[in-house]
Amino acid sequence: MVTQIAQQENTYQAAFLALREEGSSRNWLHRLRESAMEGFGELGFPSVRDEEWKYTNVAPLTKVTFSPPPPSAVAEQPIPVDLDVYAYPETATSQLVFVNGILRNDLSSVAGLHHQLTAIDLREASANPLYEETVRKHLARSADYVANGFTALNTAFISGGAFIHIPKGVTVEKPLHLLFLTDAGQTSPVTFPRVLIVAEANSSATVIESYAAVAESRYFTNSVVEIALHDGARLVHHKLQRESLRAFHVANTVADLGPNSSYDGTTITFGAELSRHDLRVTLDHEGAECWVDGLYIVSSGQHADTHSVIDHRRPHCTSHQLYKGILDGKSRAVFNGKIFVRPGAQKTDAMQTNKNLLLSREAHVDTKPQLEIFADDVKCAHGAAVGQIDEEEMFYLETRGIRPDLARNLLTYGFAEEVIGKIKVDSLRQQIDKMVLNRLGARLEA
Amino acid sequence: MLEIHNLYAAIEGNEILKGINLSVKKGEIHAIMGPNGSGKSTLAKVLAGHPAYQVTNGEVLYEGQNLLEMPPDQRAREGLFMAFQYPIEVPGVSNAQFLRLAYNERRKHLGEEELDPLEFKDLLKERARIVEMDASFMTRSVNEGFSGGEKKRNEILQMAVLEPRLAILDETDSGLDIDALRVVANGVNQLHTAENAIIVVTHYQRLLNYIVPDYVHVLANGRIAKEGGKELAVELEQKGYDWLKTAETAAPVRL
Repeated sequence: MVTQIAQQENTYQAAFLALREEGSSRNWLHRLRESAMEGFGELGFPSVRDEEWKYTNVAPLTKVTFSPPPPSAVAEQPIPVDLDVYAYPETATSQLVFVNGILRNDLSSVAGLHHQLTAIDLREASANPLYEETVRKHLARSADYVANGFTALNTAFISGGAFIHIPKGVTVEKPLHLLFLTDAGQTSPVTFPRVLIVAEANSSATVIESYAAVAESRYFTNSVVEIALHDGARLVHHKLQRESLRAFHVANTVADLGPNSSYDGTTITFGAELSRHDLRVTLDHEGAECWVDGLYIVSSGQHADTHSVIDHRRPHCTSHQLYKGILDGKSRAVFNGKIFVRPGAQKTDAMQTNKNLLLSREAHVDTKPQLEIFADDVKCAHGAAVGQIDEEEMFYLETRGIRPDLARNLLTYGFAEEVIGKIKVDSLRQQIDKMVLNRLGARLEA
Repeated sequence: MLEIHNLYAAIEGNEILKGINLSVKKGEIHAIMGPNGSGKSTLAKVLAGHPAYQVTNGEVLYEGQNLLEMPPDQRAREGLFMAFQYPIEVPGVSNAQFLRLAYNERRKHLGEEELDPLEFKDLLKERARIVEMDASFMTRSVNEGFSGGEKKRNEILQMAVLEPRLAILDETDSGLDIDALRVVANGVNQLHTAENAIIVVTHYQRLLNYIVPDYVHVLANGRIAKEGGKELAVELEQKGYDWLKTAETAAPVRL
């Protein structure tokens, strides 16, 4: 296995060299990528001996030879699916489509974007004098490529992605959809989606980040999303992961919250054979508030891991976290939620809950909420639960004539609804409702 | 409609019902009274099919069928309904969704067409009037965040929607203030017809001022200790249940 991993790592090194040959990037970006590649060379892929990866073995990922992205952007080939399947009415004219990690202007529609909002290719932004400073200031500043091998690899392969900039005081009503599609074709591609969102003071926006495949296939998505919110900025961020059930999805979301800013994130995990989501929200300025919610629904053969860190570094910040999991068949989930309250972060208010519903005897969940508090005037609570469908609730529904299988589905749906209900974009919420019901096979209108 | 013969039932090995005999005909209202721990609620739950209780002896015929062989959902589709003493909260499922599912299960069973959400909305609106419930309750999760009185009203709303042949109301009066009690009782009376039957399980006579029973059965220590007409309830209100303690070994008195 060690050899396999080494071979894989060599493949990435070779692809990296090819990308470097191209030499189209600006110098600082070049250096950043070089340094990240060195980081990856030292870190490699994590193993289960690493405490942070104890429950998630990425060895299966190293057994497949993934084709790294070609150095030059591929010709704009048609994709074999109707994009409407992935689109939302609210974002019909505010959607950026990425195929295999590359922004496709021909498939995107941006006519409805707020005229002051910037939503462009990240490489283009890094070379544009208007945005270069902003990109340079924020890119790879929070997503740590020195500690996380996957993030290092993503950073080394930055070639495209999305740069979203919301100027000072601008409120963007219409949600923006970033759609990451994988069209594997005959290969097993690895893609490196990269997103940088910078919200200037007192701005407000909603971003949907979704992942899907045009067909069931084997591929590897390694994505990094960095978010910087300045004074009083507000961001609603919905992530929908519905990759192929044969895919690998490793993602890192990092949000830095400015004074009195608010981040409202909800992550819905349906897809991938193996998925890992690292999430870090840093509250390093007074008055910041975040909601970090999620739902993972997995069935036989799936493994979903969420590792979150909510870091209270300054006084008067608030965090709310609700993660729920529904596990069926022989599936496995991991929830590891750390909350740090640093010395001096008085009047912190932090709430964390992780609840898991096991629908089968073979399903397994490892949940580990962790509170580390180094301040004395704080309000913190956390809890974790793993359980089955409640017998009394089943009986109640049955006494109304509802058959046991439908009653079970209804209760499972109800369990998920607490998180789904937090989604602010109506059609996205309805779609997720439907996906949950489909997964349950329940004939029930939401 | 309902024939209970020599019914014995236990929970976790403790025998609670010790030989219940009861006969209910259509059009009748029966009250089951008795002190705490006498087995009133157990009887209601056994009839509804609660899985925690084991029937150790006796039989129950419902419309001529062996009720005890039916799973709870089938009993409900056959027209049996129990209003819970402590209605269960079902987070994330709206009252309207839940009621429409239950209603359509019953319709299907009766060989009738299912109603779509819009048709059902009209029906629900009309039935909600029976218990004076606001439309806002229909979009809220079942019983979640409802007050005690609202939960009980919601139970009677379910009864109004499902139109059972036999309704068992388990302590529906508990936790209700006088106004809510009147609304609930008024609802039940509107739903009572010559074709259905109601069993009211209650500790207090208060509810029976509004839902007037044809027969009153007093349970003590898992048996029916005394039976009579509605005047028996008044007598119990005056005398309490203490006198039963001396009488509990005696054979049931048939009046």
